[in-house]
Amino acid sequence: MRFDTVIIGGGLAGLTAGLSLQKAGRSCAIVSTGQNALHFFSGTFESIEEVPERMAGLFSEAGVRLHYQNGVRLMPLGSFRPAALALDDVDIFPQPAFSRKALIVSIAGYQDFFPAFLAEGLEKQGTQCRIHLLQLPEMAQLMQSPSEMRSVQIARTMDRVWEKIVREIRLLLKDEDTVILPQVFGLQDTTVPGRIRESIPARVVFSGTLPPSVPGIRTQQQLKRRYEVLGGNYLSGDEVIQAHVHEGIVHSVVTRNLDSHYLEADHFILASGAYFSKGLRSNPTRIFEPVFDLDVEAAEDRNAWYDADFAAGQPYMQFGVRTDSALRALRQGEAFKNLYAIGSVLGATRPEFGSGAGLAIRSAFAATDQILQSSQK
Amino acid sequence: MTTNDNFDVIIIGGGITGAGTQRDCAMRGLRTLLIERSDIATGASGRNHGLLHSGARYAVNDPESAEECIRENRILRQIAAHCVEETEGLFITLPEDDLGYQKTFVEACQRAGIDAEIIDPELARRMEPSVNPELIGAVKVPDGSVDPFRLCAANMLDAKLHGGQVRLHTEVTGFIREGDTILGVHTRNLQTGQEEDFRAPVTVNAAGIWGQHIAELAGVGIGMFPSKGALLVFAHRVNQMVINRCRKPANADILVPGDTVCIIGTTSTRIPFEACDEVAVTPDEVNLLISEGSKLSPSLSSTRILRAYAGVRPLVSADNDPSGRNISRGIVCLDHETRDGLKGFITITGGKLMTYRLMAETATDAVCRKLAVTRSCETATTPLPGSEERSYEAVARKIWEAPSMAQKAAAARLGTHAERIRDAGREDAALVCECEEVSVGEVKNAIERMEVSTLTDLRRRTRIGMGTCQGEFCACRAAGLLAASHGCIERERADLRDFLQERWKGNFPIGWGDTLREAEYTQWIYKHVLGL
Repeated sequence: MRFDTVIIGGGLAGLTAGLSLQKAGRSCAIVSTGQNALHFFSGTFESIEEVPERMAGLFSEAGVRLHYQNGVRLMPLGSFRPAALALDDVDIFPQPAFSRKALIVSIAGYQDFFPAFLAEGLEKQGTQCRIHLLQLPEMAQLMQSPSEMRSVQIARTMDRVWEKIVREIRLLLKDEDTVILPQVFGLQDTTVPGRIRESIPARVVFSGTLPPSVPGIRTQQQLKRRYEVLGGNYLSGDEVIQAHVHEGIVHSVVTRNLDSHYLEADHFILASGAYFSKGLRSNPTRIFEPVFDLDVEAAEDRNAWYDADFAAGQPYMQFGVRTDSALRALRQGEAFKNLYAIGSVLGATRPEFGSGAGLAIRSAFAATDQILQSSQK
Repeated sequence: MTTNDNFDVIIIGGGITGAGTQRDCAMRGLRTLLIERSDIATGASGRNHGLLHSGARYAVNDPESAEECIRENRILRQIAAHCVEETEGLFITLPEDDLGYQKTFVEACQRAGIDAEIIDPELARRMEPSVNPELIGAVKVPDGSVDPFRLCAANMLDAKLHGGQVRLHTEVTGFIREGDTILGVHTRNLQTGQEEDFRAPVTVNAAGIWGQHIAELAGVGIGMFPSKGALLVFAHRVNQMVINRCRKPANADILVPGDTVCIIGTTSTRIPFEACDEVAVTPDEVNLLISEGSKLSPSLSSTRILRAYAGVRPLVSADNDPSGRNISRGIVCLDHETRDGLKGFITITGGKLMTYRLMAETATDAVCRKLAVTRSCETATTPLPGSEERSYEAVARKIWEAPSMAQKAAAARLGTHAERIRDAGREDAALVCECEEVSVGEVKNAIERMEVSTLTDLRRRTRIGMGTCQGEFCACRAAGLLAASHGCIERERADLRDFLQERWKGNFPIGWGDTLREAEYTQWIYKHVLGL
């Protein structure tokens, strides 16, 4: 099977690259293990100080609505963090004291949302809080099994029963100006968060939960669907296990599921993530990149991989594959002619691209620009 | 400052010796108070293999310890059934070992009363498929495993059921002394800062390696010789039987299965007394434990390691040997009245987890002599709370008609006391910790009955955060429940930070492969998603 570009990794970086290449008329294949950082996406895009127009365009075509405002967002354990760019249903406030009186609503038996922590954090800002737990008979089935009351399972039910919840909240509401709900709405039907806001006569704030992140999974589905509509191939639940390389050029890769069918391409993009996504692996003696055995910028001495203080920045999280100025990946100091590394597999080796979501999106655009310029087909 | 003098005996130290001593004293009708600076089983009691020694390891070099071990082994199977797994054990001879030692070993075991049986290596391979297939000799012995946290909690709970009082996170800052008599202790609660005095005619120093410091506070000297032992916890239960090397005891030659994991250890390094509070596992120790451990069971070399930890053995030098050359691993009970002329003060130290009950009996006998109490010890025959039945599966079936995996796990942890969470509603049946299948109801039970004030305390009572994810998800769920019990969110946020730091301390020495993957994920969740 032959493509213009094969992208290894289907998270934010891989999908952004795939979308912009497909949009430019290039045929792509994305190979995704199925797990990526969007599954624990907080809903705000880290290290993006201004909205790149290209990004806004690509995302809105996919149905992912963004909004931009410099301010702070409410974190799930009650603190506030600076934020600028967020998904439409994730609020950014000019300052932490955004509400006079808030009603925090959760669901009885749901342990992955923390109303008491939110209330304490808000009360420090002068916001009076009241907590209410909804008793929902619709949850009875989920609660039969002791491990089913998790965000995604709840969100599936919520898409069906949200109107009933709105009615209950309307009855509960006294003089609160804000209602805070867990981010468990709009997993399948993306219009639900907006309709909830329209139906409640107070500001509605959706606050984060323990992963999996419902807005993150929804965003991933939207971007993937759009990429497929543009003609892109998305191989889910598959993994690149081998690469065929000759004289500094990648010719094809082999995946676990396709077995003897090689994926051939003019260009390859490595968007395989860091440790969690297995773009970087480690053993007692080294940190390595498993597909191409690329050069990894990392401390040799294992003792230097860690800071004993959990709260400190961890050196291993800075490590990443080495690239040249055009983001072409290096092996034994030599750059591959047609292999680009983007996203968190870079670690902090390219600080000019930012970190987290910012790194994923900026490096994806930089690599796709190289590809589009290098071969005007 | 308040003073409380409603006690007959004060026990300092919430390790297994202290908890066992409090139980014994309480069962003999004494009004007891236990004071612990941190939590139960935070010293050597909780930092060992969890091996239910048959005594075979000591048979050749220390027959007295071997005899004590096998006696206590038989007792603990009866009185602490829900803390013990009757796995049996093997002593294997590898090609590099001297097979001639096997005969010496078996004879010594038999002299000590340990049922040691030479078996065919082929049979050993069938009984324990994970054993090194190259073994040339095998001896079967009645080893087992014991959960030291559960054992300690059960002793403390029984002491409380007999009217005992417990003060955790409380430090002894000095002694109340009149002339040559100890009359009680000054204390300070390390969480609240509250100072309190307690009075009793007898005080027992059961502070393990820290007993040297406690003795100094009382003005008497004990020569402790701290010896650090490092261990590794593997993420799977590779072996079903305990595997030992049949040779003179050395480094990393015991592999013990326990609950969902197995543990290899240990090393032995003399350390200065000042280093006892912060012992860390070094990369060299990790390498040694993996390479030696793989000789017992080769699959260990490719098994994920969950955690590295180290404990300090409270070894005591004989009174006439300040150099420490004749260090005893036996039980040391010092009556400071006869030894130093200091009345009302007893030190119980040395010994081992395996012989804690005997240590407690020895100390309690000494207390009773001082108080002229004649009631005899009943701890060898009275089951601990939860251990009234031998089989946890039978317990689970008695409580629930068709017990789920989580209910069986609870019965294994709580024994018959799992009955307390039988009628849990749907909300309480939900799992907090999915790795170890700990429910909301079990967490609430621990908070209510087992002196839990932090997440790390809760981990020792319930195994929350001890599984493969090392607390990634369950920690903040449990924090929600703890916050609801004490009502202070800010304190709970700090507690959550401490818990994560404590987990990381045991993770980074083995931080590669899936451990590093999990650590990165935990960093993301707590820093970026939750914003702790």
